[in-house]
Amino acid sequence: MVIDPKQLEELRQARRQWEATTLRGSLEQQPERAPRFSTLSDMEIARLYAPDDLPAYDPARDLGLPGEYPFTRGIHPTMYRGRLWTMRQFAGFGSPEDSNRRFHYLLEHGQTGLSVAFDMPTLMGYDSDHARAQGEVGREGVAVDTLEDMEILFRGLPLDRITTSMTINAPANVLLAMYLVAAERAGYRRDQLGGTTQTDMLKEFIAQKEWIVPPRPSMRLIQDMLAFGTRELPRWNTISISGYHIREAGATAVQELAFTLADGIAYVQAGLDAGLAVDQFAPRLSFFFDCHNDLFEEIAKFRAARRLWARIMRERFRAESPRSWWLRFHTQTAGVSLTAQQPQNNIVRVTLQALAAVLGGTQSLHTNSMDETYALPTEEAVMIALRTQQIIAYESGATNTVDPLGGSYFVEALTNRVEAEAEAYIRKIDDLGGMVRAVELGYPQREIADASYRYQQQLERREKIVVGINEFAGPHAQPIQILRIDPHVERRQVERLQRVRKERDSRQARRALDALQRAGERGENTMDRVVDCVRASATVGEICDVFRTVYGEYKEPAII
Amino acid sequence: MTNGKIRIIIAKPGLDGHDRGAKVVARALRDAGFEVIYTGLHQTPEMIASAAIQEDADAVGLSILSGAHMTLLPRLMDLLRQKRGGEIVVFAGGIIPEEDISALKSSGVSEIFPPGTSLDVIVRWVREHVNPRGVKT
Repeated sequence: MVIDPKQLEELRQARRQWEATTLRGSLEQQPERAPRFSTLSDMEIARLYAPDDLPAYDPARDLGLPGEYPFTRGIHPTMYRGRLWTMRQFAGFGSPEDSNRRFHYLLEHGQTGLSVAFDMPTLMGYDSDHARAQGEVGREGVAVDTLEDMEILFRGLPLDRITTSMTINAPANVLLAMYLVAAERAGYRRDQLGGTTQTDMLKEFIAQKEWIVPPRPSMRLIQDMLAFGTRELPRWNTISISGYHIREAGATAVQELAFTLADGIAYVQAGLDAGLAVDQFAPRLSFFFDCHNDLFEEIAKFRAARRLWARIMRERFRAESPRSWWLRFHTQTAGVSLTAQQPQNNIVRVTLQALAAVLGGTQSLHTNSMDETYALPTEEAVMIALRTQQIIAYESGATNTVDPLGGSYFVEALTNRVEAEAEAYIRKIDDLGGMVRAVELGYPQREIADASYRYQQQLERREKIVVGINEFAGPHAQPIQILRIDPHVERRQVERLQRVRKERDSRQARRALDALQRAGERGENTMDRVVDCVRASATVGEICDVFRTVYGEYKEPAII
Repeated sequence: MTNGKIRIIIAKPGLDGHDRGAKVVARALRDAGFEVIYTGLHQTPEMIASAAIQEDADAVGLSILSGAHMTLLPRLMDLLRQKRGGEIVVFAGGIIPEEDISALKSSGVSEIFPPGTSLDVIVRWVREHVNPRGVKT
């Protein structure tokens, strides 16, 4: 707190006095419940935080003011007093028609942005009639094979007034091209389209594990998208650098933050290597974090994230535009924290997590539904999740002031600590040669697997408690209703795909695919060629097969 | 000391990449003294069945969170029977709704561990239900 040495000594003296008298007496009467208290990620937490815990803390340097460097308090001067976060429920299941209906339903009930989940075959770049797609079509998201599916998916939606986030990575270039062509046919210009493609392949190799080609060519295709997006799509976030999946795979809060920012560093470097100027593309990079149960650890993580990224962008990459320094982020509550046992309790967990995201200054938020340990959510469950956000926004008072916890000794000390530990990881990754190399070496993968196993052992020993699992278990609540995917979705999707293949001009499709292959082989930017393929009704699988041919397929070394 | 001889394959059928559970269970079984082989991700039933036969596995543990279990697990059971791997004990975990459990069990899956199952329960179950093949008790 920039305390002068005399005052600091007095504070420390007072603390020692308190420990010897008041505290000691109290502990003799009532010992503490445990010898050690720690966060969910097992960071040890002290009994009390006071000014003398922040001796070197300089509010002008470390906290600053909202909307100003280093943005610890938020990227906007008024935060939620000016505009609430975007309420963006991730949705997508079954056929494009099913998902289109769900999108209309969510927008009618006050949701303010779309977020599309694609099914596993689409995420892996396989068509719905591929042998490996059997049983998976439309299960974990919506099936999209061709431009026609994309047009159905967004039918009747005001694409100039909403923003659309697409959770798509390995074939992100293909789905972005489909969105652009579908929007163009519906009468929208490219500069009217706002949204995000996730396009974060590094976290796929680290955690989410849906890939097509190996890490280095994946980075190459991302460079093509960055250059194309910078040129063509002023309102589009080409990459959403994602910690969510890293955390869900078992990382600690610090690992989530560190690996995500290290991925971000690799993408900024990729943009620079593609010849772009940092302030041209960095403002269109956005982030995506998980929000778990430990309220303060999460708030500290978000605050540290903003400060660290601002410093990285300004000091490491010499960005000059304040918008390049901004860490804008979407948050999703922690799917992994939901329990199948006593599922209604999940509503409470999600509420706490959503509150932490808001207190941490998120720009947009997805709240999980209570039934997601069983299946994709029902409409009723999604409604409770959306209402949870609305209650926080309009009833809790959390939105009345900027960064309500700024200045809390505990939150500031924890923010400093999360930042310092994340920086140490980032240095380690720099030493390994950067994140692409670290991924090839399996370093983050191993760190996460270790952390996840440690946490599971803490649960087994009941050092960490999950209500309804290792404490307060049973009686089993009434089973809840879950969403069943129509078993005919797969057959109908395959029929439509095969009809499109039959009806299109197959020579035109072939020519477009060949031109894409040549562009890939010559190392030219592939994005315009992908758009041509989409226009010619080439399928997701056919386009991704070109990439498989040019760059080969990734095979993960299995690490346990 | 039959533990050392029991060989278990942990596999991820289908396209989903959620391997946290598979890896945690693989480690726990290894720490409990079993020999564990993890196949890695994105395995077809054919790949898993071949691995089980080639590795002479006593048990196969499957982790699946994609909702494709009703397609992939019965097919694996058929393949194991065809390849004369019928005595291999198969168990599974992941996002599997309760109403699918009895159908999976009648296709030959011995046990389904729902989300939230403790590692101890899985390890004890394997100790009690898996024997080195040919020494069935």
